[in-house]
Amino acid sequence: MSIFVQSLISGILIGGVYALIGIGLTIIFGVMRVINFAHGDLLMLGMYATYFLFTQFHIDPFVSIVITMPLMFLYGAFLQRFFINRVLDALPQNQILLTIGLGLIMSNTVMLAFTSDYKILSTRYSSSSVSLHGISISLPLLVSFAITTVITIALYWFLLKTDTGQAIRATAQDREAARLMGINVKRMSIIAFGLGSALAATAGALISPTYYIFPQVGSSFTLKAFVITVLGGMGSVIGATLGGILIGVAESIGGVYFGSGWKEVVVFVLFLLVLLFRPSGLLGKSRT
Amino acid sequence: MLDVRKVNFAYGDLQVLWDVDLTVNEGEIVTLVGANGAGKSTTLRNISRLVRWSSGSILFQGEDLGLLQAHDVVGRGIVQVPEGRRIFPEMTVLENLRMGSYPSGVRKDREHNFERAFSLFPRLKERQKQLGGTLSGGEQQMLAIGRGLMANPRLLLLDEPSLGLSPLLVRSIFEIISEINRQGVTILLVEQNVYQSLRIAHRAYVLETGRVVLTGSGADLLVDDHVRKAFLGM
Repeated sequence: MSIFVQSLISGILIGGVYALIGIGLTIIFGVMRVINFAHGDLLMLGMYATYFLFTQFHIDPFVSIVITMPLMFLYGAFLQRFFINRVLDALPQNQILLTIGLGLIMSNTVMLAFTSDYKILSTRYSSSSVSLHGISISLPLLVSFAITTVITIALYWFLLKTDTGQAIRATAQDREAARLMGINVKRMSIIAFGLGSALAATAGALISPTYYIFPQVGSSFTLKAFVITVLGGMGSVIGATLGGILIGVAESIGGVYFGSGWKEVVVFVLFLLVLLFRPSGLLGKSRT
Repeated sequence: MLDVRKVNFAYGDLQVLWDVDLTVNEGEIVTLVGANGAGKSTTLRNISRLVRWSSGSILFQGEDLGLLQAHDVVGRGIVQVPEGRRIFPEMTVLENLRMGSYPSGVRKDREHNFERAFSLFPRLKERQKQLGGTLSGGEQQMLAIGRGLMANPRLLLLDEPSLGLSPLLVRSIFEIISEINRQGVTILLVEQNVYQSLRIAHRAYVLETGRVVLTGSGADLLVDDHVRKAFLGM
C-alpha cells in the first residue's frame, strides 16, 4: 500500500511539471490552431540555459528560473513575430514543417555549442529526499511541484482576470469576433507563443536537476506534450493541467508495477482508452 | 461621416460588390436591405476591415480605412455587431461585455458603459455570471449589442440583429436600435426584415447582387413599387 501511495505522490509531483508543458502547448494551439512541434526543443533550451547558468555562474537551477523564464518568453515572441505569424493562414502541413524545422535548428545549434554528450546537473540536493509517515519524497521534485503550483495559479489569474488574458481567451474562442472587439490578434499570438515557450523552458529548468540533459531530449517531450493536450482536450487549459497530472501518475504507477520499460505502454494505453470513449479529450469540446 | 465610394470586392474569383456607393451622415440610421447573398454583410466586413476591397475607397471622417487594420478601426469608433452574434461561448456575460471595452481609449468608461448596457437590457444584469454559450438566442443578441456599445461607438454596424428572434423580440430589438440612435449613436443597419428596418431608418439603400439599385428615405422606399414587390410581398 505504501508503495502505491508513494508512486501516486511522485506521479502527481512530476505531473505538475508535465502540466506546465501541456498548458503551454494548449495555449498556443488554442489561440492560433498551430501545433508547436518545437515544444520539446524549447524545453531542452530551458534545460541548457539552466545548466549553463549553474556551471558558469553557480546559480541554483530553481533560482535561475527568474532569468530563464522571461528570456524564453522573449525568444518565443521573437519566433512568433518573425516566423510563425507568417504561416497562420497557410496549410497545416506547412505550419508543421516550420515548427519541426525550428526545433531541428534549436537542437542542432545546441549540439554545436555543447556537443551531444549527456550532461548531469548535480546539486547537493539532487538525490536528497524528505520522509513523511514512511513515505519518502524526492526533495527536488517537491520543490519543483511547489514552483509549478505557484506558476499555474499565476497563469490562471492572468487568463481569467486581466484584460490581456481575457483577450487571449477571446481570440482562442472566436478569432474574428476578437478582431471586432479591437483586439490585435497577431499580438495575442505573439504573447501566446511567448507564454508557451516560457512555460516549456521553465518545465525544462525544473527537471534539469533530475534528468539527463542532451540536445535531442526535446523530441520525447514534444510527444508527451501532445499526448497531454489531446488527453485533456485541445485548447483547454484546465484539461492540460489534468492531463499532465494524469500522465505523471500513469507513468509513475506503471513504472513501479510493470517495470520502467513498460511505463510508456501504460501511458499510451490510458491515452487510447480515453480517446476511445471521449474522442475530443477529457474537457475538449467536440468540433463540427 | 462614412463614405463608401465605388467599392469593388471579390472572394477569389467571385465578385461580390460592384462599385458600391454609400454614405452615412452623423446621427442617422441608415439601412442596407437586400436578399440573401446581395453583399450586405460583405459591405460591413469591408468597413470593419476584416477584408480589404480591391478598388474604390472607404473614408471615415475623412480618414482612409484602407490604411488601418481591423483593431484600429474599432479604436476609431466603428463597432460591428456581427451576424450570428458571435458571443464568446466560454466567457461569462460580464466578461463578454468587458471584452467590448478592450480598446485602451474606452476602458476608463467601462463602469459607465456597464450601466448603459444593463439599463438597455436588464436581462443581462440578471445573467451576468452565466456563460455566453448558455444564453438563449434573444439574450445572445442583447449581449452582442450591449458588447458593441461597450466600445463607445460613434458608428454602430448592426448585421442582421433580428435574425432568428421571435416576432415579439424582433419588435423590441428595433425599438432598442432607435433608442440607441436617439442617445447619439449613428447606425448602419443590415437587415432582411425590410419592413421593420425601413420604418426606423432615415435613409436606405437596396442592394441586389452586389450593386446599389435604389436609394431614398425609409418612408419613400416603404411605398416604392419595386421594394414592395421584391421584399414586402405586396
